[in-house]
Amino acid sequence: MKWAYASQRKEYGHALIELGKTRKDVVVLDADLSGSTRTADFAKEFPEHFFNCGIAEQNMMGTAAGLAASGKVVFASTFAVFATGRCWDQIRQSIAYPKLNVKIVATHAGITVGGDGASHQTGEDVALMRTLPNMTVVVPADASETFKAVKALAEWQGPCYLRMGRLDFPVVHEPDAPFKIGKGEVLREGDDITLMACGIMVSRALEAAEALEKRNVSAQVINMPSIKPLDEAIITSAVKKTGGIVTAEEHNVLSGLGSAVAGFLCEHDPVPVKRVGMMDTFGESGEGEELMRKYGLTADKIIEAAEDVMRRR
Amino acid sequence: MRHLVAYPDNVIHDLEKRANAIRRHIIRMTRAAGSGHPGGSLSSADIFAALFFKEMNHRPSDPAWEDRDRFVLSKGHAAPAYYATLAEAGYFPIDELLTLRKLGSRLQGHPSRGKLPGIEMSTGSLGQGLSVANGMALACKLDRKSYRVYCICGDGEMESGQIWEAAMLGAHYELDNVTAFVDRNKLQIDGPTEKIMSIEPLPEKWKAFGWQTLEIDGHDMRQILDACDKARETKGRPTMIIAHTVKGKGVSFMENALSFHGKSPNDEETKKALKELGEEV
Repeated sequence: MKWAYASQRKEYGHALIELGKTRKDVVVLDADLSGSTRTADFAKEFPEHFFNCGIAEQNMMGTAAGLAASGKVVFASTFAVFATGRCWDQIRQSIAYPKLNVKIVATHAGITVGGDGASHQTGEDVALMRTLPNMTVVVPADASETFKAVKALAEWQGPCYLRMGRLDFPVVHEPDAPFKIGKGEVLREGDDITLMACGIMVSRALEAAEALEKRNVSAQVINMPSIKPLDEAIITSAVKKTGGIVTAEEHNVLSGLGSAVAGFLCEHDPVPVKRVGMMDTFGESGEGEELMRKYGLTADKIIEAAEDVMRRR
Repeated sequence: MRHLVAYPDNVIHDLEKRANAIRRHIIRMTRAAGSGHPGGSLSSADIFAALFFKEMNHRPSDPAWEDRDRFVLSKGHAAPAYYATLAEAGYFPIDELLTLRKLGSRLQGHPSRGKLPGIEMSTGSLGQGLSVANGMALACKLDRKSYRVYCICGDGEMESGQIWEAAMLGAHYELDNVTAFVDRNKLQIDGPTEKIMSIEPLPEKWKAFGWQTLEIDGHDMRQILDACDKARETKGRPTMIIAHTVKGKGVSFMENALSFHGKSPNDEETKKALKELGEEV
């Protein structure tokens, strides 16, 4: 498939500036990565409402909590690996438990970080955030969805985690597509198998569906940006129709989207499921696309998984 | 220390009486709970009394009053002292103190925001409260308000890296609306702080991090109030008050006794403690 590409991070910067124009209660924090996360765009427009916390993520989360406890809507940004792992206890104790309005918006998630290698990549962030009570977890598929998701986070009461990639992502949405926290979205209708994905893997799922069509397999593609709350209704209606699901995510298969979907299905509607993602492994240095191929984050892997699920159904 | 305000004897005496009442509550609460942290609660009781009955602007009948001074108990395990103070101030009925740590109680083992009127922040995982206080102080400045933010840290907490991250941020953003305390009772669970992980020279550290640093006797009401006055008068930097205290202060057999960090007194000890604290029989 021929894709147009666009930057999620740039849209995050845009969304923050739009929020800054209308919402006096928005405050943005960063930990010395404001150029990369694009919070610097906001800082330039609204310097009073931006605080760089330096390379001290734990303190940034605590500071965010204090601001939120005083009525601010706080966006705290850094790379996903630092935003979740390095300060998980601070997020748990000072943000999630007191249910404060802190929006942790992380960039450079997954393996497509590329050359920086495993220390800067993360396949655990969704898992870490999803297990926290009170936490909402959103993984937008492309740039325009990121913009809408950031705006939605600002309206949402309570702590949120949103993850973005470093690379420009394929554009899978029309600009006016609706976005709602807690809702999945059918991007392509199909009867034989459901491909359910988030983030950059939505584009791979669409590619897989197109390839499957040539083999006379009609695949439904569902975009699941909201990992938590999970859109259980869309999962139920999908399996009623197709009887099997392949999930795909740029994350460890342990405890990400695939685990959320499989967990729900096991309890409510047991059908064959196969999870495509990082197979409990760290990444390494390389180009983003190369790494996706090496670690099995491809349309081919999704097709393979779909065939496996259809055999087992 | 130079006195900015001359406090009349009766004011000081009233505060001392409050502190003693708080101490008696601490004993009764931890006895009723069968657990909790009496030692570090007793050491901070005088600071609590000075803050909530003199220094801070707050309205027990309107806990969400927007111009109130904020308070964060970074050493969350001193929750019994915090709850006793709030009840004494009228935030909730004193009878409720005896529900500490019980199923369904609003008095969680460590403070939980939103559960109980007057609790601004959930704490208990050490090292985090000062960052939160800084965040509140930043919000105050953004809103062009004049309230202050108060925070009590434990001395064991000084071993946490996040405290020093918060120290840097407080000085960097010139948070002169922060008045923080270290309840320097010199004991942590496993032993004396200087034996477990030395935190000295503590005043030099805070000075080096850019904070106005004051050292006081944390059981001397006048010294506590003087230090608070000095913090309020100081512009351009936050204040850390190192309050030298005695763990278990006020109960002879609990003073400097490591065993009462996280253990409640038994019936006999309770009786004896309350007598020492002047309970009328």
